[in-house]
Amino acid sequence: MITVSDLRKTYQQGTRTITALDGVSLTVPRGSIHGIIGHSGAGKSTLVRCLTLLDRPTSGSVTIDGRELTAVPDSQIRTARRRIGMVFQHANLMDSRTAAQNVAHPLELVKTPKSDIASTVARLLDLVGLAGFADAYPSQLSGGQKQRVGIARALASDPDVLLCDEPTSALDPTTTDDILDLIHNLTDTLGLTVLIITHEMNVVKRICDSVSLLEDGRVVEHGQLRDVAAKLDGKLSQALLPLPAHRPGDRPALELLLAGDVASGPVLSDLGRQFDLRINVLAGSVETLADSRFGRLRIEVEEPAPIDEMLEYLQAQGVSAKVA
Amino acid sequence: MEFLDQLFTNPGITRALPEEFAATLQMVGISGFFTLLIGLPLGVFLSASAPDGLRPMPLTNKVISGVVVNITRSIPFAILMVSLIPLARLLTGTSIGPVAASVSLSIGAIPFFARLVETSLRDVSSGKIDAALVMGSTRMQVVSKVLLREALPGLIAAFTTTLVTLVGYSAMAGIIGGGGLGRLAYNYGLQRFDTTVMVVVIIIIVLIVQAIQLAGDAAARRVDHRSAATAGSGKRLRRRAAVQVVGS
Repeated sequence: MITVSDLRKTYQQGTRTITALDGVSLTVPRGSIHGIIGHSGAGKSTLVRCLTLLDRPTSGSVTIDGRELTAVPDSQIRTARRRIGMVFQHANLMDSRTAAQNVAHPLELVKTPKSDIASTVARLLDLVGLAGFADAYPSQLSGGQKQRVGIARALASDPDVLLCDEPTSALDPTTTDDILDLIHNLTDTLGLTVLIITHEMNVVKRICDSVSLLEDGRVVEHGQLRDVAAKLDGKLSQALLPLPAHRPGDRPALELLLAGDVASGPVLSDLGRQFDLRINVLAGSVETLADSRFGRLRIEVEEPAPIDEMLEYLQAQGVSAKVA
Repeated sequence: MEFLDQLFTNPGITRALPEEFAATLQMVGISGFFTLLIGLPLGVFLSASAPDGLRPMPLTNKVISGVVVNITRSIPFAILMVSLIPLARLLTGTSIGPVAASVSLSIGAIPFFARLVETSLRDVSSGKIDAALVMGSTRMQVVSKVLLREALPGLIAAFTTTLVTLVGYSAMAGIIGGGGLGRLAYNYGLQRFDTTVMVVVIIIIVLIVQAIQLAGDAAARRVDHRSAATAGSGKRLRRRAAVQVVGS
């Protein structure tokens, strides 16, 4: 379990004080995957550096499985860091080391016996699907393969927490999905707690259990994926279920958000029958997120339409709706 | 024909050359050794103590980088060498000969090499250093296992350049009492108008430089795994991977 509470980080740039993190708090339960999404400049990189103690936060605390990292003195910081496995955007492998030697790197640092290193490395490379590539240098591997080596290396010190900093931002869509599935499987098999920092909504959709939206160094929205997706006006919901670009119609329009069982029902035809109206869909987005169906629809109806009664009816059916 | 005859009869070549050749190798060897011994740690220190380095020490860095390295490097080598004669006498007991000349050669080359080392180390991406720190490396482990290993091809190239520079410096050192091929060329070629000796010495110096450069390039290539083309066993591996894909 990861608990971050009221984390602040300010930098001094000349005479100006820059607040990169302005009281970030979040909780990730053991064995779950939490996504932190934000645009560049939102404070994602600073958050990563504070979580790994590459930078000391100005105030606030980071606790992993009951041990407060931020309270660890400098002399023990290295041992504390070994509880966190980190995956980087560009893998950051050592070019002078083969895949196997890269994975062995964290083990060498604590003087693990050679035979133990060999067996652990073989097991990890197998786990990430690179069993035949032990002797390949990073320059001989594709981007996705490099990231797999990076993941194996992050797991070498048997960490409780896997911290992924934009793990797929440098990869193509297919490879992205492969890497995300790998992280998802590892979370299940190894019981890891995973924190993924990203700017890609696709990452959140595919593997995250819960998500936080970071803006200007603050968490402005957070929650379980199925809860945040179900909020009609939520920023995260709008990003998870974006409406494609469309031309607004001349007639009255409604925006509906369907979540869970309702999303599988004949909501629109029921609505049309109830009010004896013809309904036209202007734009829509339907997805399965965290094993439930979600839909966001913008519809227009013919005039005259009893808008208020329609909203009331939809509400009663369990559909969030508003006049668009 | 007369030139070829001279090769076997000119005492400047038959008697003086082997001895001076050895003296040049001795000067380059001794000063190369000390340059590596002191210049490498100095370069590591310059890079680590920089404001954005592994262990920032802005003031110390400024003093060592600005005062020691830059001042030493801005003094023309011929003048530096003459001014260091008393130091050479203090350390070696003599002010002439290849061993004495090695003192000033080392002091001239150390800052030069240290700067090249610093530049090579700076090229190691900060992401690799972060990765090493996050996995729990000490600063010394970052230096030995990441910085020096990752920069090794560049470091070898830097040392090669330094050795070539030392060959040039050693010829200059010969003129003020260091001995070696420089003195031979000066004494015979310039003062006695003996063109044959001059030409032979130039050819030998060119060959020494070529040999150092070729050996250095080969060594750098051996340890360079940064691109697929130089990564050694790459072709075999990729073919095996391709077979696996086809097979599966």
